[in-house]
Amino acid sequence: MVAFAAAAIRRNDARARRHAGFLAFVVHRVSGLALALFLPVHFFVLSRALSDPAGLDGFLNWTRLPGVKLSETLLVLALAAHLAGGVRLLFVEFVGWRAEWQKTAIAAVAGASIAYALLFALAT
Amino acid sequence: MSTSADPTFPVLIWRGAADGAFKRYDVPRRASQTVLDVVTHVQRQIDPSLAYRYACRVGMCGSCAMTVNGKARWTCRTHVDAVATDGTLEIAPLSHLPLVRDLVVDMAPFFDKWAAAHGQFKPTATRYDDFAKVPPGTRARRAIDATIECIGCAVCYASCDVVGWKPDYLGPAALNRAFTLAKDVRDGDGIGRLRAVAGDGGCEACHTHQSCTNRCPKHLSPTASIAGLKRLVAQAAVTGRL
Amino acid sequence: MEASVARDIGVDDALRGARYAAWRFVLQRASAAVLAFCVLVHLATIIYAMRHGLTAQAIVARMHASLVWPAFYALFVVACAIHAPLGLRAIADEWLAFRCRAADVVLAAFALVLLGGGLYAVISLAA
Repeated sequence: MVAFAAAAIRRNDARARRHAGFLAFVVHRVSGLALALFLPVHFFVLSRALSDPAGLDGFLNWTRLPGVKLSETLLVLALAAHLAGGVRLLFVEFVGWRAEWQKTAIAAVAGASIAYALLFALAT
Repeated sequence: MSTSADPTFPVLIWRGAADGAFKRYDVPRRASQTVLDVVTHVQRQIDPSLAYRYACRVGMCGSCAMTVNGKARWTCRTHVDAVATDGTLEIAPLSHLPLVRDLVVDMAPFFDKWAAAHGQFKPTATRYDDFAKVPPGTRARRAIDATIECIGCAVCYASCDVVGWKPDYLGPAALNRAFTLAKDVRDGDGIGRLRAVAGDGGCEACHTHQSCTNRCPKHLSPTASIAGLKRLVAQAAVTGRL
Repeated sequence: MEASVARDIGVDDALRGARYAAWRFVLQRASAAVLAFCVLVHLATIIYAMRHGLTAQAIVARMHASLVWPAFYALFVVACAIHAPLGLRAIADEWLAFRCRAADVVLAAFALVLLGGGLYAVISLAA
């Protein structure tokens, strides 16, 4: 095999990525990353606040601040999106593939996630 | 035949290798023109040093695959009207493969991965056995109705982001072929092939972007094939056969 | 002789690698299925708690009332401790090119942090 000195390897740019499947992947990965980083914080806060119920009530008051409420809503959106997207992936990988359903499934996932996040945001 | 009165349009074509750049050519715009027509015009009428590949020019061989306006395509099957929506064309070599020169890439890594995924049929019968009888309606045979049509053009490989991010990833075409053979009841490589596609660069690295399925000129779905491989590998692992 | 021994070692490494990767996939998807259930319940309880204005005492009382909730959350924690590090592993591999043995060690440590922190939180609630 001939070796080429410092052969260049071209990479794709955003033009190759403008389709639903890639967007669904990015949402799934970013939401997963956010949740993974949030989890240790979540566990820490829970273990502190819940072993001291008065502390939790104080904490729950703090969560009513708009900035905190927004972050919570985004986290809840991330959780709902990651769940719904994950269920779609489990379906594709273990139940089966239906090419004609994929875009519809992705849209349904997006819709369900946003609906839940709105439900959360408006529930107080 | 072109005349000096034909309107021209600007076409950017990658020239050179690692230290190359896009070069602009003004090419006559004609009805029903394909991107391959454009490249051929440049090489024959403007700059004979342009290197590119094609063979059948009728959408059967896959040799003319290039990156056109950012997406991997068969240039013989891509009408300029369909892609030059703002009146320009950008033609580059396929992504994710070492560049030889201009629009020519080295396909060896693509086929090396095909081999690494055990993309070869392993026969079990001899010349003294009767012909294999594979009823076309069986589930295993129907599962590969489409997948057998792959001609190894590397458009999917060039479109897959995981291939770009993870050099060891076998890629959609090699895995599609592995799935095709895994479902071929005559093949004898069974577990060997599953082991080949189960590793770090194997089917588990697919994240179902569907870029491959999106771009395949033959409308195959390597995503579906890879999902099938995931099921087979998972079953083998859980039952201790892997 | 030595060449064939070297080849066998290579083959064994590849086989070990293949099995390890296959099991990572199985665990990732199995924990995903468990989490699908747990997260649905969690999303429902979040809305329920907000709608009913549950106080801290009320939540803790429900955790003490039976073993069901502590068991549920313990299962939730274990599934997270498997699922999250494996997900991060893919990100580290593909986007940071961080894919050596050290990466696996770091992620195993993160798994232990999640497991320890999460189970500690569950025990704090239930005890």
